[in-house]
Amino acid sequence: MSVVIEARDVEFSFGQTPALRGASVAVEAGEILAVMGPSGSGKSTLLHCLAGILVPDSGEILFDGARVHAMAETERSSLRRDRFGFVFQFGQLVPELTAVENVALPLLLSGVHRKQALPRARAWFARLGLDGLEQRRSGELSGGQAQRVALARGLVAEPQVLFADEPTGALDSLTGEQVMDLLVGAAREQGTTVILVTHEPRIAAYADREVMVRDGRVNAPDRVAS
Amino acid sequence: MSVPLTLLGLLEREPSHGYDLKRDYDAFFGRGKPLPFGQVYSTLSRLARDGKVVISDVAPGAGPDRKRYIITDVGATEVEQWLTQPVDPEPHLQTVLFAKVVLALMLDRPAAEYLDTQRSAHLHRMRELTEIKRAGSLVDALLADHGLYHLEADLRWIEMTGARLDALRKEVRQ
Repeated sequence: MSVVIEARDVEFSFGQTPALRGASVAVEAGEILAVMGPSGSGKSTLLHCLAGILVPDSGEILFDGARVHAMAETERSSLRRDRFGFVFQFGQLVPELTAVENVALPLLLSGVHRKQALPRARAWFARLGLDGLEQRRSGELSGGQAQRVALARGLVAEPQVLFADEPTGALDSLTGEQVMDLLVGAAREQGTTVILVTHEPRIAAYADREVMVRDGRVNAPDRVAS
Repeated sequence: MSVPLTLLGLLEREPSHGYDLKRDYDAFFGRGKPLPFGQVYSTLSRLARDGKVVISDVAPGAGPDRKRYIITDVGATEVEQWLTQPVDPEPHLQTVLFAKVVLALMLDRPAAEYLDTQRSAHLHRMRELTEIKRAGSLVDALLADHGLYHLEADLRWIEMTGARLDALRKEVRQ
């Protein structure tokens, strides 16, 4: 398998506070990677740098051969919209839109016509056990339902890489595992690479591999022989 | 808890008499279950027979035993291998992990790296159990969950211990 996205010796500071101090990680195409670490270790900052949301102070971010760290904001914005998907812990759905419109949002923003975008979005509702909830707004959904809608939105445009930052952090154990089960199943079916930030070992266990972020550096343990 | 390996680890710190070894074992690892003298001496005899320790001299010690034991290269290699190999990730292994961490700190070994290796072994096992859960029946899932929650408890202990290593080092090396 080939590396699809990579951070090389990335450094990033919030003002005077260093968050990443030479972080390096490479993720293969189709791989599900868990990024673990204690609070404040820099794992979310690393995800944001990989996704082109933050620009490193130094070091490189490479995606599919492109130098993300050197791109202009408009170029990174297109990359995030067209090639990446996102699932976060909280507050992701636009409250004014229905669930199906929320799912269709990445397609609509990419210029897909509403007539094509909405049926594609609707197809995800059956797939993720959300039948009948298409017209609900975010306030009318349970936490698990809202997170599944967010997951559908993250995957609807068939991104090459899905970035998931504590996607089950606000859910109870059972609901969280159901969401992970769906996330992993859908990502594998589409061949989507997943970068999953979590501090929960049971969630990390859904990944193919884990790396630890500690004090702004990545520690990739030796793989344990099967 | 492996008594022979723990005694070997204590001997790597410094050559000792049987009496001193028992005292240190009871203080750090006994936890209310002191090691019988008979077991200390029979273990040391077996370690000497297997070339892992030698009797250096007969010198005055704190107790009646006058033999002083020194770890050999064979013994030191065995301690090294034991410390660096992760324990099979199974429930209720905390006493072995505990002994490894304390000995690693005593011997100025990289305890944090051992914990990282153990974490990796645990997560590997958790991935296997998660796959069983995803592919199997509800009964399989129930059994896998039992294992997963126990392994998760070990991992929480590993994280907490990792965060306390500096303080622990000071305490065990006083």
